[in-house]
Amino acid sequence: MVRVKGIREGLLFLLEEGDWEENRRALFKMVGERQEFWRGAKVALDSRTVVINEQEILSLKDELSQYHLTLWAVLSESPSTQIAAQKLGLATRLNRPEKEEVEALSTIVHDGEGAVLINKTLRSGYRVEYAGHVIVLGDVNPGAEIIAAGNIIVWGRLRGVVHAGAEGDTQAVVCALDLQPTQLRIADQIALTPQRKGKPQPEMARLLDGQLVAEPWNAKER
Amino acid sequence: MPAKVITITSGKGGVGKTTATANIAAALAVAGAKVVCIDADIGLRNLDVVLGLENRIVYDLVDVVEGRCRLRQAMIRDKRLPELYLIPAAQTRDKSAVSPSDMVRLCDELRPEFDWIFIDSPAGIERGFRNAIAPADISVVITNPEVSAVRDADRIIGLIEAEEKGPARLIINRIKTDMVKKGDMLSAEDVLELLAVELLGLIPEDEGVIISTNRGVPVALDGKSRAGQAFRNIASRLNGEHVPFLELEEQSGFFSQLSRFLRKGGG
Repeated sequence: MVRVKGIREGLLFLLEEGDWEENRRALFKMVGERQEFWRGAKVALDSRTVVINEQEILSLKDELSQYHLTLWAVLSESPSTQIAAQKLGLATRLNRPEKEEVEALSTIVHDGEGAVLINKTLRSGYRVEYAGHVIVLGDVNPGAEIIAAGNIIVWGRLRGVVHAGAEGDTQAVVCALDLQPTQLRIADQIALTPQRKGKPQPEMARLLDGQLVAEPWNAKER
Repeated sequence: MPAKVITITSGKGGVGKTTATANIAAALAVAGAKVVCIDADIGLRNLDVVLGLENRIVYDLVDVVEGRCRLRQAMIRDKRLPELYLIPAAQTRDKSAVSPSDMVRLCDELRPEFDWIFIDSPAGIERGFRNAIAPADISVVITNPEVSAVRDADRIIGLIEAEEKGPARLIINRIKTDMVKKGDMLSAEDVLELLAVELLGLIPEDEGVIISTNRGVPVALDGKSRAGQAFRNIASRLNGEHVPFLELEEQSGFFSQLSRFLRKGGG
């Protein structure tokens, strides 16, 4: 059964544990039965642990619009679902997190948990926001953005905008095989990348006495 | 064999979507294929002008979708190339007059009768782009060797992948060899390095394109034009032939070599 809650922003649909297809059917059965009642509402979906991919969210959004319902947010405990929703420009939380919530998130980060792996190149216009570490297996092209509460690691060329330690963690780092971001931020510090001289090499950027520094990743020194 | 639907798109305006659509379609039609072009740029139509068919429009795409005419009635046959047809866009409406599922239905109706269906996408990433990409079997992204155009191409390729219409194939248009050599223009390699997609064609800068566009005669029909040759090569590649990419070097005569030598000498 899909449950419905009224929230300040409109309706919140809560999914049941299980797979997406079953939930989807239940959801549209419910919507179909009381079409006039729902008409014109703004809908947020809480998928909980149900994993929904980008294509599925897109078709859900289209189908809901046929009932004059607007999907504006997808909340989820599944990082891949959160990322999929973000790629479609949907919100992934209802409002700005409360103070204590932020602290809770940083604890998670320090525990070394909560990382999302993005197994493709991020092209211009993609924005990834995650309350943990972000790892990209591919390039980050100019015009793409990554905002992470933890570290950002790019196994490829980094040319977009990145913000590590976005919740204020000054210990966060940004690593890339070729570190040439349009703009690099760690915690509250911002830096532009100087023109590179010579060959690309793996580098790590971090805060050293409040200053952003990027150093070559040299295995011998470690 | 049912037709393949090719959507030509770019994100940025003015990089050559319409010119490429007209010329690749014409080149395929010359080679004997049955081709129809659909102008999806409702409200800002151009494909009819580039093909020289503007004065023959009676019905358009929106008339078909809204049921004011049969599909056949909106198809304009090119007199020079009897296997080339155009379905023009409406000029007095906007993109919202057509939906993505209308485009899919329309293409499904055309498929059995044709070898190729070309869709000329409008600039932008909104409704018009979504209409154009919805029925695509092959997505072709066209860009110029300029940073802003390449940035938009990257965005469009991402959107094509998100709509599961990928992998996109790339055409780089208006390459100026002499500027690339001097390091003043992005080279094809620079563009490919960033976009990381399969290359479909390289089109050199050619004044003949402007002349042919103004006259409404596709440059692909001109045997002497270098851009025309590049478009014909793209048509062959779509037919599955292996055609090497045009060597974009200028024919280097004595004087051009001398001037290059002098430039180098001068630092």
